[in-house]
This record gives sequence, structure tokens and C-alpha cells, in this order.
Amino acid sequence: MYNATIKSLSGDLAARKFSSVELVEYFLKRINELGKKYNCFITLDEEKSLAQARAADALHATGRAQPLTGVPIAQKDIFCAKGWLTTCGSKMLSNFISPYDACVVERLNAAGAVTIGKTNMDEFAMGSSNETSHFGPVKNPWDITTVPGGSSGGSAAAVAARLVPAATGTDTGGSIRQPAALTGISGLKPTYGVVSRYGMIAFASSLDQGGPMARTAEDLGLMLNVMAGFDERDSTSLKREAEDYTRDLAQPVAGLRIGLPKEFFAEGVAPDVAKAVEEAVAQYKKLGCEVVEVTLPNMALSVPVYYVLAPAEASSNLSRFDGVRYGYRAPEYADLIDMYKKTRAQGFGAEVKRRILIGTYVLSHGYYDAYYIQAQKLRRLIARDFTEAFRKCDIIMGPTSPTTAFRLGEKAGDPVQMYLSDIFTIAVNLAGLPGMSIPCGFDGKGLPVGLQIIGDYFSEARMLNVAHQYQLATDWHMRMPPGILGEG
Amino acid sequence: MALTLDDVKRVAHLARIAVDDAEAQAALGQLSGIFRLIEQMQAADVAGIAPMSHAQDIVLRLREDVVTEPDQHALFQSIAPQVEADLYLVPKVIE
Repeated sequence: MYNATIKSLSGDLAARKFSSVELVEYFLKRINELGKKYNCFITLDEEKSLAQARAADALHATGRAQPLTGVPIAQKDIFCAKGWLTTCGSKMLSNFISPYDACVVERLNAAGAVTIGKTNMDEFAMGSSNETSHFGPVKNPWDITTVPGGSSGGSAAAVAARLVPAATGTDTGGSIRQPAALTGISGLKPTYGVVSRYGMIAFASSLDQGGPMARTAEDLGLMLNVMAGFDERDSTSLKREAEDYTRDLAQPVAGLRIGLPKEFFAEGVAPDVAKAVEEAVAQYKKLGCEVVEVTLPNMALSVPVYYVLAPAEASSNLSRFDGVRYGYRAPEYADLIDMYKKTRAQGFGAEVKRRILIGTYVLSHGYYDAYYIQAQKLRRLIARDFTEAFRKCDIIMGPTSPTTAFRLGEKAGDPVQMYLSDIFTIAVNLAGLPGMSIPCGFDGKGLPVGLQIIGDYFSEARMLNVAHQYQLATDWHMRMPPGILGEG
Repeated sequence: MALTLDDVKRVAHLARIAVDDAEAQAALGQLSGIFRLIEQMQAADVAGIAPMSHAQDIVLRLREDVVTEPDQHALFQSIAPQVEADLYLVPKVIE
């Protein structure tokens, strides 16, 4: 049962082969046995999960079930869930019991999905290794001396270790795709504005986008069908017709024009990663796809641009954490300013403080034009590069990450090296495009490699089709890490 | 353009984050490295390019000016560090 997809669990629940309560108890048992080994959960609440499972069973009994009804799903701890501790990986929110549900949580609840716990993450989603969490690093199930990627590292590790069939994630600069790649699972960042940001704790609001993480493209589609949709409460939520994101899964991909940006295969990509991606492209050729070379000339600038814009937005968003209305407050202080300063000095970790300082600096008097406006102009050039590329191709492919999982601690002391690990994912966020990562092989050490698939705006259904056809022809996505079957 | 220790302290004050000298010094080293990365932007030619503040340049929606939220102050204040008479308590700011 641990390796079953949402699709098959959903069918078995509908056929009453087992109940949601049995299914949830099964996964809770696995989490209790193995969750600590990977440190992928921050909060579990068995009573709440089982209550939802009982409600789901009642829906099945009365024929009112939907595809996700009764299926356990883990929530990244960035999503507010009513009555649940919602920490965002930070000491600042280590006592924050959310009084309300995020839109994504609300929609999954309404579909009858069972929240099985809140997953560990980089503090306020700022990190690429899950080492900045106040609750300790997550370990990669493929090799526990390596990182799972970040910031949705807990969600990725939980899905990879088969502790849950699927999880939610968020992606500001690669935080769904990079951990999906490093843990051998599938993950999708939708077009900006498709999934509501309401109740998703804000990092960089013009880039943040929630999305699904699962083992198969088909499961991602089933999740996105529930997660996506217009929401009045998010001012950037897009009003669009509801879509069935699984509608094109079975379409053949023959004739698809795949664009390979030469910048994705330049120096700095590990040879094993390049090889696995090239083999994936060869597989697509066998399926009848055409390959064309495209170029994204400004891609190298995406990392510097991102490290102006994202910290600028973060410094503003995180000003709400002041010890007044919720969350942590320093125990001792002299006056109001001192209370703010000590609360924030003690409540935030080093990486979060670093980014707030960068953001405050680039927005401060005298530097705004040189940094912030310059970065916004370059953002447009980066977005235009994609528009240009999509004139020649239907879909863009390349590596998700230049390397496979790196060792815990390897980059923790060098922020710039850490930032550069998102070199292939960040441009997609700046442009607001949808991007995904699917497993496409392993390196010499047996660590998974991710294939990145980038589509034009609102082409999620097509991207899922492209990923699904690959997953019908290969079995990388069903490979399991060693040691996930527990001690007995 | 080189960042100075005074810059770090000034920005930390603006951001309301307490830093001591040792922390400011450590931050200076790391931030300088990050700004070397950021400086790569300056070489790019952006003549005639309009700044892009949002994916797809969407215009924020307006909504009807009607009450949409019920009063939940008791629920929201139940998780506050310090509350008295329905008010959030902070250190005194006016003598």
C-alpha cells in the first residue's frame, strides 16, 4: 500500500477495499516508525486526521465521494490550517495555532482529503536544503547524509519515503521542483495566480505559488484539480474557467517540439545529471517528439535579480512578525522598539535575517533605483526570453538542479553557493510560468536526477500530459529509496 | 560599491533586528559576498525596458466596498502574547 498512487488508493477507497480510517492509520503507523529518521514532519495530530478520515468514510458510504476523498495528504507547514500548529519552520511561529484555514487547505478539506500532518521546511521557505528550519534539517531518504533540497524538503522526503502518497508545497524560486528532483518525486509549480495564496504565509508575494508534490504526473493533476481556482481573498488570484488538469493525460506526444536551452547544458552541470537528462530527451524522441535548440540569454542574471526582488518583498512581508499580535515575543525588553528588535533577533534564524537585511538595504533611500528597479527591468528581459523561446517550441526541458543531493552542511556556510543551486528554477518564477520536475534517472551514487519541464502560461494540462507519457514509458518515478520499509 | 559595518547596523535598525558588533561583522562578510553576486546586474543593458513588478503584469482587482469578514477578535486575540480589555498590550510609548 505504501507505494500506491492517489489514483489507485482513490479507486480502492471507492470500491470499499479498505476504509479511509484504515488507510490513515496505516500511514500514521509508517510516519511514527520512520518520520523521525528523516525529520520530515513538524506536527502530527492523529485525532484530527482520524476525524477527517471518518468523515471521508461517511462520504464514501453515501456515494458523495470525490477523487481525493479519504486520501491522506501532508501539508507544508507554510499553509495555515485551523487548530493546527503552523510554524513556517520558524521559532517566530513556534507557538502559532492558526485560527483559520488557507484556501488550499480549505479546498482540500472540502474535497474530503485527510490532512495527515504538517511537514518540515526551510524557515519561511528561505533555503534550498531544508537546513534553515528551526526544527532541524530534513534528511534525504535516498541517503540520510544528504539534503532533500528545499524549501519544501519535508513534503518531498515524506512522499519519497512513502510516508504519505502526496503533499503540498510552495515554490518561490524552485522550492517545489528542486526538492522533488533531489528526492526522486514529481512536483508542479503552476502558473502564477492559479493557486490562491490566501493563508499561505508570504515570502515574496509576486513569486510565491503553491502546488502539488506526488509520485506521478497523474496524481499531480488530481491534486491540482482541487488546489487551483479563483479566490476573492488573494488579490492576484486569476479568474479563469475551471479546468480538468488530467484531461489530456492520454494524448500522444508525437510531434511535440521540445526546446532545449543551451544555457541549461553549460558548464557547472554535473555530468551524471546532464547524461540522465539527455537520455530522457532521447526517450521523448522515441515517442516522436522533435528537439530544437533555444536560448535564454539572460538566465545567468536570474539569480542576482531574484536575490534583490525576493528579499525586498520578504523584508516587507516579514515586518508583520513583531511580537504584538501573535507568535513569539522576547521575554525581556526595555521599550517598544527594543521589544521589536529583540523579538525579531531571537525569533528569526540567520538566513531569514540575512534576507531581511538585503531587502531593507535594496529598498532604502539612494539604492532603490540601482537595485530594485534595475532588477525589475531585468525581470522583464528574462520573461521575454521565454516568450521568444516558445515561438520555436511547445515545451522547454532541462535539468531541474545542476547537481544531485549534496551533503548536509556542505553549502550551509556559503549562502552564495546555496543560492546558485537554484540557477535553473528561478527564472521560471520571475516569468510567472508553470514548471515541474519529474524523476529521470540516477547519478553514480544512486541519487535521483530530476527533469525540469517548463510550459507556456496556463499549459499545466499539456505539461502533465508530457510528463505522464514519459512515466508510462519509464519507471524512474516508481523506484523507492532503500531503508523505507522500517525495522519490521 | 562596498558595504560598511555602519551600513549593516543602519539597515538592521531599519529592519528592527537587534545585532551586536560581532553579529554585524559576520553579517557584513556574508552580505558583501551576496552583493558581489547582485552587482552582476549592473552590467546589463536595460535601456528602454519597463520594470516588471508582477508576472503577466496583472492589474490588481477592486471589490465592492462591503463588509465580508465577521468580527473574530476574540479568536484572533486568543493567540496574542498579551491582551487586556480587547486591546493588544505593548510597552508604553507615550509618557
